[in-house]
Amino acid sequence: MLQVDISDALSERDKVKFTVHTKSTLPNFKQNEFSVVRQHEEFIWLHDSFVENEEYAGYIIPPAPPRPDFDASREKLQKLGEGEGSMTKEEFTKMKQELEAEYLAIFKKTVAMHEVFLCRVAAHPVLRKDLNFHVFLEYNQDLSVRGKNKKEKLEDFFKNVVKSADGVLVAGVKDVDDFFEHEKTFLLEYHNRVKDASAKSDRMIRSHKNAADDINRIASSLYTLGTQDSTDLCKFFLKVSELFEKTRKIEARIAADEDLKLADLLKYYLRESQAAKDLLYRRSRALVDYENANKALDKARAKNRDVLQAETSQQLCCHKFEKISESAKQELIDFKTRRVAAFRKNLVELAELELKHAKGNLQLLQGCLGILKGNT
Amino acid sequence: MATSSERSPPPFPDSEDQDVLDAEEVRGRDSDEDEDLFGSTSTSPVTEMDTTPTSDVSMKPPSDIMNDPLIEPMSSQTGNKPASEPSDDFFDLTNNVSVVAAAATKSDDFVDILGSETGAQRGEVVKADVTVEATIDRSEVTAGVTDPLSQQEAKQTSTTPVIDLSGDSQPVTSKIADPLVDLFSDAPPAAEAKKPSSANIDLFDDEEGSDIFAEPLQTKPAKQPQKSLFGEPDEDVFGEPLGAISKKPVPKELKEKSVTTKVTAGGPLQDSKPADIFSQAAASTPSVTSTVNPKTNGVHSEEDGDIFAAEATVELSLDSPRNERKKEATAKPSAPAPTSLPAAASLAKPQPPALEELEEEEEEEEEDKFDIFVSVKDPEKIGDGMNAYMAYKVSTQTTLPMFRNKTFTVRRRFSDFLGLYEKLSEKHGPNGFIVPPPPEKSLLGMTKVKVGKEDSSSTDFVERRRGALERYLQRVVNHPSLLQDPDVREFLEREELPRAVSTQALSGAGFLKMINKATDAVSKMTIKMNESDVWFEEKLQEVESADQQFRKLHALVESLVVHRKELSLNTASFAKSAAMLGSAEDNTALSRALSQLAEVEDKMEQLHQEQAASDTFTFAEMIADYIRLLGAVRGSFDHRMKAWQRWQDAQSMLQKKRETEAKLLWANKPDKLQLAKEEIAEWEAKVTQYERDFERVSATVRKEVIRFEREKTKNCKRQVITYLECLLQSQQQLIKYWEAFLPEAKAIA
Repeated sequence: MLQVDISDALSERDKVKFTVHTKSTLPNFKQNEFSVVRQHEEFIWLHDSFVENEEYAGYIIPPAPPRPDFDASREKLQKLGEGEGSMTKEEFTKMKQELEAEYLAIFKKTVAMHEVFLCRVAAHPVLRKDLNFHVFLEYNQDLSVRGKNKKEKLEDFFKNVVKSADGVLVAGVKDVDDFFEHEKTFLLEYHNRVKDASAKSDRMIRSHKNAADDINRIASSLYTLGTQDSTDLCKFFLKVSELFEKTRKIEARIAADEDLKLADLLKYYLRESQAAKDLLYRRSRALVDYENANKALDKARAKNRDVLQAETSQQLCCHKFEKISESAKQELIDFKTRRVAAFRKNLVELAELELKHAKGNLQLLQGCLGILKGNT
Repeated sequence: MATSSERSPPPFPDSEDQDVLDAEEVRGRDSDEDEDLFGSTSTSPVTEMDTTPTSDVSMKPPSDIMNDPLIEPMSSQTGNKPASEPSDDFFDLTNNVSVVAAAATKSDDFVDILGSETGAQRGEVVKADVTVEATIDRSEVTAGVTDPLSQQEAKQTSTTPVIDLSGDSQPVTSKIADPLVDLFSDAPPAAEAKKPSSANIDLFDDEEGSDIFAEPLQTKPAKQPQKSLFGEPDEDVFGEPLGAISKKPVPKELKEKSVTTKVTAGGPLQDSKPADIFSQAAASTPSVTSTVNPKTNGVHSEEDGDIFAAEATVELSLDSPRNERKKEATAKPSAPAPTSLPAAASLAKPQPPALEELEEEEEEEEEDKFDIFVSVKDPEKIGDGMNAYMAYKVSTQTTLPMFRNKTFTVRRRFSDFLGLYEKLSEKHGPNGFIVPPPPEKSLLGMTKVKVGKEDSSSTDFVERRRGALERYLQRVVNHPSLLQDPDVREFLEREELPRAVSTQALSGAGFLKMINKATDAVSKMTIKMNESDVWFEEKLQEVESADQQFRKLHALVESLVVHRKELSLNTASFAKSAAMLGSAEDNTALSRALSQLAEVEDKMEQLHQEQAASDTFTFAEMIADYIRLLGAVRGSFDHRMKAWQRWQDAQSMLQKKRETEAKLLWANKPDKLQLAKEEIAEWEAKVTQYERDFERVSATVRKEVIRFEREKTKNCKRQVITYLECLLQSQQQLIKYWEAFLPEAKAIA
């Protein structure tokens, strides 16, 4: 049994410190329950160690959590501080609350994504036994991983270029196995689609948030209008302002929930499908290597030179390819099951939340209209 | 008289409560005077005594309004040229009507009027006119105005229309009648001018001269005992021309008082006569009683007919006014005698709250009477290239008799609308009216239309403008005074309108605004008006801050529209992506669910779009309207300030002239002294004229602002409720869509 969660997180300047809490009955841990403090970079290190490990070539490596991005939110807070003089006190506090809420939302989201990564690893039959993972969970000191320096980053970049060029080459090779051939075409298209859908959903949600912000500002503007004096119309405006204040909260919630249930899901599957694609690439690469080794062996046999060496190399490639194929098949099937379950869960939740909010809005509007019409 | 000292306070008391208090304070004195009136035998002092307190006590604009037209006839008598400019016509007309109406409403006045009928008195009256104060003038002239009419009634009791009546009166009333005939020959247009108040139309359209007076009189006494009747149209009739609506209960109160005093004082005076007159009336004027309004009870109607019947027979005897008075006194309490007085008393007390209600009711009543509906439809592009313009169909539906047909349609282009506004604002702006402004000319929007881009923004633009023009016209025709303007009628009715030239190059509204803004800025710097009236000061501030707030709100709503449109667009593209993702998905149920999601998003896109349209057309446009209107309100304040400035300038000029006179006197130059004196007289006249102008403009502005605010409240509420209803509908749709989707999501396996 291995249960991992992030029990707490702390935002320090531009760093976020996650408290990773583990409960386990596995014998290689000293205790049954323990917590360590980890930073985003350590998560990345763990992820990269999986990717670089040849042993795991046949698995879909759980995608690394995205870098926490508080810059936009922080910038907004800063802008708010600058614009303090130009707005009324109510507006300022309101805006501040808004931004703080936004910051909190991003924070929670970041934590959730890091947690998802750890859970995925902990649930994986092979990866959960990884030594690095155990160190990550247990070692109660700084892992002193450092971010990659420029040179390494450049190397990574070239690696990626080579890989994608190679990927194109390799993708052109017809697969012997129908299952993989099908998965390959599917994943290629799926990844593009999900990328597109994710981007579009982000934009949709952003404009929804903007609209909610507008309603918010309209509400406060109506409030100022309504507090000018105590005529009938002013009272009317106050009521409408109150309504807008409530509806914009709901609108903001709708946007937030869409973000959580829809956009995040799509984003996760964007990364996960990329990981699956990477797996297929590794397999195809292995296949190409295997075929090349076969050719080399044939050549060696024909020339009767270095046959043994070619044979071992061919054996090695064959073994590697077979091993990857074997686990990859299961991994891809698992991927699909996971995907369908996740989509189901999120879409149902999304629909339920949308319904809940729409009904809440409806009730507010009905109530308000009732009062307003009663007054007129 | 104590009354003269009471004239000095500012034309408008700070608060209405105070006003009421004032009225109550005066009550005692007033009744005293009424008694006085009864004691005296000659009517000419009575007129003076009686009318001055009324105007003082109520301190209401009507007095000013009435003063205005009366100046002219009066001045013509004294040898000055009648200064009736065509532009003034309108005012004179309405005021004439109001004179009559006021005469009819105020029993005191009415008595005076009739009282001054005696020929001998008339000489006195005329004499007095030249010197006495305007307030006194008024009573006398109103007397004169009714004079010919009642005399005609004496002569011809039935089927002559008013115009003829006034014509006939010429020989009868020689000196005074002359200018008055002018006034009265103006009456037919005046009748049109007063169209909103239907009773007034009756007043002039009714064939029977006697009816003219019978109408208001019947309704008036009937109204006093019954509260509910205050909301009746006849109340509007009198309320409207009287100007400050808020002040209206005050004269009413006065009437009540006069009634009480009359009952006590007049009762024993002549016991037999009323009965006498009653019978007389019944016998001599059956036609009058037959045309009597069925609403009022028989007693009243008989009496009203009676008044004139008595006139006819007694023929200008000194007694007649007193009869009159007595009759009214007896008539009013006679119907529901025991209840009327307590009712009146109770009415007088809870005035402040009741006041608003009255206004409300009244206004609604009034609006119902504007049986006119204008729509602007079918925008159509005419011509090509940069010479192209948009033409709109302006359809009017009305039952108002001032229009030739019940429904008619004309084609108007945008510049025609601007032209109409220019004409109206030129004519009515200086008088303090809030002239509804049309939408501004938009070079960018129109260029797009001209270029012929058939995109959504240009159709949006055209629809926005069409709506704005329609609302603009509706505001114009719903304005009781503007509707009467011949240009409005011409605009609605005439097939071909002369091309509005000045708007071609620059937008009329925009250009005017520019000039106005420039002059305003200058005058605001130069004129430092020490505002004597807190009401105006506060209102101006209110208007200015409301303007600011509305502008802010408008920007926000516009931004909401932009974001909503963006949202709609982005939802559409997400719907597409979701559909693609669905088709790429190899799990059948999930694929199906995703394409369902795409459909939901598609519908949501539609909803967002509709919502954006609603944001624009119901919400943003309303606010834009009010930004424009608040500008117009500010304009009317500026006009008031200009009037004030003119008055002040005249005053300082007068001061200078006086100084010159003093210098000349000291230097002993008699030849120049005469000239200086003449100049002083001239400037004195100007000062009073300008002061009155200022007071009149103030009264109009005040009335207009009150009207504007009431309309604003009503309109805003209606629009916002419509808007919220639209939101509500879209939420209902949303629920439907997601409810349909939920089982699909659950079916994923």
